[in-house]
Amino acid sequence: MYKIIKKQILSSSIKLMEIEAPKVAAKAKAGQFIIVRANETGERIPLTIADSNKNTGIITIIFQEVGYSTLELGRMEVGQSVTDFVGPLGKPSEIENYGEIICVGGGIGIAPIYPIAKALKNAGNKVISIIGARTKELLFWDDQMRQISDELYIATDDGSYGQQGFVTDILKNFLEQRKQIAKVWAIGPVVMMRAASNITKAFHVPTIVSMNPIMVDGTGMCGACRVAVNQETKFACVDGPEFDGHLVDWDLAERRLNMFKEEEKVILDKKLWR
Amino acid sequence: MPVQKATERVNNFGEVALGYDEKMAVEEANRCIQCKKPTCIKGCPVGVKIPEFIQLIKEKKVPEAVSKIKEKNSFPAICGRVCPQENQCEKYCVLAKKKAPVAIGRLERFAADYMLDNREESYEVPSDTGYKVAIVGAGPAGLTCAADLAKLGHKVTIFEALHVPGGVLMYGIPEFRLPKNIVKTEIENLKKLGVEIELNYVVGMLDTVDELLEQGYNAVFIGTGAGLPYFMNIPGENLNGVYSANEFLTRTNLMKAYDFPNNSTPIKVGEKVAVIGAGNVAMDAARTALRLGAKESYIVYRRSQEEIPARHEELEHAVEEGVQLKLLISPTEIHGDKNGWVKGMTCINYELGEPDASGRRKPIAIKGSEHYFSIDTVVMAIGQGPNPLVLKTTPGLELNKYGNIVANENGQTSKQGVFAGGDIVTGAATVILAMGAGRKAAKAIDEYLKTISNN
Ligand SMILES: Cc1cc2nc3c(=O)[nH]c(=O)nc-3n(C[C@H](O)[C@H](O)[C@H](O)COP(=O)(O)OP(=O)(O)OC[C@H]3O[C@@H](n4cnc5c(N)ncnc54)[C@H](O)[C@@H]3O)c2cc1C
Ligand SMILES: Cc1cc2nc3c(=O)[nH]c(=O)nc-3n(C[C@H](O)[C@H](O)[C@H](O)COP(=O)(O)OP(=O)(O)OC[C@H]3O[C@@H](n4cnc5c(N)ncnc54)[C@H](O)[C@@H]3O)c2cc1C
Ligand code: SF4
Ligand code: FES
Repeated sequence: MYKIIKKQILSSSIKLMEIEAPKVAAKAKAGQFIIVRANETGERIPLTIADSNKNTGIITIIFQEVGYSTLELGRMEVGQSVTDFVGPLGKPSEIENYGEIICVGGGIGIAPIYPIAKALKNAGNKVISIIGARTKELLFWDDQMRQISDELYIATDDGSYGQQGFVTDILKNFLEQRKQIAKVWAIGPVVMMRAASNITKAFHVPTIVSMNPIMVDGTGMCGACRVAVNQETKFACVDGPEFDGHLVDWDLAERRLNMFKEEEKVILDKKLWR
Repeated sequence: MPVQKATERVNNFGEVALGYDEKMAVEEANRCIQCKKPTCIKGCPVGVKIPEFIQLIKEKKVPEAVSKIKEKNSFPAICGRVCPQENQCEKYCVLAKKKAPVAIGRLERFAADYMLDNREESYEVPSDTGYKVAIVGAGPAGLTCAADLAKLGHKVTIFEALHVPGGVLMYGIPEFRLPKNIVKTEIENLKKLGVEIELNYVVGMLDTVDELLEQGYNAVFIGTGAGLPYFMNIPGENLNGVYSANEFLTRTNLMKAYDFPNNSTPIKVGEKVAVIGAGNVAMDAARTALRLGAKESYIVYRRSQEEIPARHEELEHAVEEGVQLKLLISPTEIHGDKNGWVKGMTCINYELGEPDASGRRKPIAIKGSEHYFSIDTVVMAIGQGPNPLVLKTTPGLELNKYGNIVANENGQTSKQGVFAGGDIVTGAATVILAMGAGRKAAKAIDEYLKTISNN
C-alpha cells in the first residue's frame, strides 16, 4: 500500500498528492511516469512524476479530474493509501546541455514540464518557460517554475493572469525574435502539443512532446498505447512517452483518446457518489 | 464431463466445464488398465506418475492421489484445466488406439479440486539455507521455480510487474476456463512456503537483474513470458476498435471489464467481432467477445481447420457457443469510418501449398481474391514475442534472433547465476512446459548455490 502523505488542491479540478513510494522515488527521472490504481476495483491510470525525492521517498503527482477514475483518486485523503503504484515507467527525457531551450507547459502539462525544466536547468541550459491555462484559477506552480527558469512567461486564454492568449502565441513570438533556440519541449493537451509542433516545425526547431494515450499495463504488454511516429507504430509506454513532435500522427492520437467516451459517460452516471 | 449449456454459458463468465464428482471420477479411473509399461507418462512434459495417481483415485484415496501428482506437478488444478492433454498424456494412452483414452486431465483436475475444496494443506517450511534467489515474473515458470526452491530451504522473492501474480493465468486465460480463485489459492499456498511476492515491481525499470545480484541475491531466475503483442503491420491497424489479444483479455480478465461499471476499466465490443488467428489466445478472445455482448464472433485464419493450433476442446466449445470460423482468409487492410472506428476489412483468400518448416502446409495467397468483410471490432491474436524490458537492461545476456533468452536445458543462461525458463526462452508455448522449465531451473539453481560460498 502506498500512503498519501500530502494533498493540495491547486484549483477546482486539479489536485496534487505526495505519495510514499521509496523504491520508485529512488529511481525516478525526469520524463517518466507512474501507474496508479486507487482501489481494488479501480482502473490503472498513468500520471507523470511531477517531482520526486530520493531522501524522503516521496513522489509528487498532479492530476486533473476529467473522468471517474481521476475524480475517485481526488476524493482520497491524507493518511489513506492507494492500492497500487507502479513505476518509474517510460524512457527518461534526454537531458543534455543544449544551450538555450524552451519548455512549454499547457494546463495540466505544467506538471510534467516542471521536472524536465528542472533537470535541463541543472544540466546547464538556459531555460525559458512558457506556461498557460484557460484561466488564472487553473494555473498552478508558477512559483516553482519561476525558481528553475531563467525566464518565465505566462498566458491565460481569458487574460485573467499573465498575457492573454495561448502558450503557443508566446512560443511563436519568441521564435520570431530569437533564432538560437536549440530545442523545445511542449507538453499539454494534444491540441496544444500539435499546435506547438506546427509552429516549431516552421522554424526548424527540434521539438519533444509527451504523448498521453490510453494505457493499461504501461510495460509494453498490451499495445493499447499505440501512437504513430514517422508512420511507424510505437508503444508510448516503453518507446516514449516523449517523441519528436514533428513526426507524430496527431489525428490518430486524438481519435484514440476518444475510444472509451461512451463508457466514461456510463460510469459517471452509474457510479455517482455523495 | 458435465459442462454448462452453451446457450447459457455465453451469457456468463462462470466456468464452462464443471468437473467430475467422485462417482464419475472413480468410474473413469476404473477404465485405466494400469499398464505395466505406461505410455501415458512419456507424453507428460513433467512425467507425472499417471497410473499411480489414477490407482489412488480408484481406491478413493484422493489426498494421496494429489500428493502423488504433486511430486511432479505443483499446480494440478491449473494443469488439469489448461494442458493440451490430447497432444500429451492422453495421446499416448493405450486405450486411445481403440476407443477414448482415459481422461487423465479431468482426473487430475478432480483430485486437485477435491483438495482445494475439502482440505487445508499443511506445509512444512524447511530450515533456511541462507541463500537468496530472486525470481522475475510470477507466471507459471516463475511460480514453479519459486515453489521448488522454497521447498529446498532457499529464501525466494518473486518480483512481478503487474498488481497480481499469476502471469497469463490471471491476465490472459479467461475466468470461464480457469477460475481466478484457483490460481489465487495456489499462490496463497506458495506463500505458506515462505515465498515473498513483490507486486508492482517492474524489473529493469526499478532494479535491474545486475542490481538484484548486487543486493545479495545469489541467483536470479527470469520468467517474464511472451508479453509483447504482435501486429500485422497492415493499414488501419491503429483504428479505434482494433485491440491486441493481450489488451482485450487483460481488460476483461485482470481488470474485470466484464463487470463494468462495478469495476472501472471499460472495454468496448461491437456487434461483429473478427479475431485474427486460431490459437488458444484467439479462441479465448472470440469466446470472450460473445460474453461481452457481440452478436457475431469470427475466427479469421489463413489455414484450414486441420491446422488450427488451439486445443480441441476449446475449439469445440467455441463453435458450440456460436463462434464462426472463417478459414483460408486473412485481412490485408482494415477500414474505418469518418470518426476513426473500424467498419470493415479487406480479406484475401488463401490455399494450402506444400508443408513448410513447421510441418504445416504453407498458406499461399490467391491473387485477385480480395473481398470486403464488414466488421466493427478486430482482435489481433497472431502471437506474442519476448518483452524487452528486462532483456535490454541485462548486459551479457545472450538472446537468439527472435529476441528470446538463450538458455541450456537446465535454464542456465550466458550469464553466471542467471537462469531463465518458460515462454521467455521457448517463445509462446504452454503452461506445463513453462512449469517444467521452472522446475528444471530450480534444480540447477540449487546445484549452483552449492558451488558458491555461503555468506
Ligand atoms: C504517460 C502519461 C502521463 C500522464 N500524466 C498526467 C498527469 O500528470 N496529470 C494528469 O492529470 N493526467 C495525466 N495523464 C492523463 C491521465 O492518465 C488521464 O487523464 C486519466 O487516465 C483519465 O482517467 P479518468 O478515468 O479520470 O478519465 P476517463 O473517464 O478515462 O477520461 C475522461 C476524458 O479524458 C480523456 N482521456 C482518457 N485517458 C486519457 C489519457 N491517458 N490522457 C489524456 N486524456 C485521456 C478521455 O478521452 C476523456 O475525454 C497522463 C497520461 C499518460 C499516458
Ligand atoms: C490467452 C492465452 C491462452 C492460453 N491458453 C493456454 C492453454 O489453454 N494451455 C496452455 O498450456 N497454455 C496456454 N497459453 C500459454 C501459456 O499461458 C503460457 O505458455 C505460459 O503462461 C507461460 O508461462 P511463463 O511463466 O513463461 O510466462 P507468463 O505467464 O507470461 O508470466 C510472465 C510474468 O512475468 C511478468 N513480467 C514480465 N516482465 C516483467 C518485468 N520486467 N518485471 C517483473 N515482472 C515481469 C509478467 O507480468 C507475467 O506475470 C495461453 C496463453 C494466452 C495468452
Ligand atoms: S496408458 Fe492409459 S491405460 Fe495405460 S496406464 Fe496410462 S492412462 Fe492408464
Ligand atoms: S500500455 Fe500496454 S503496451 Fe503500453
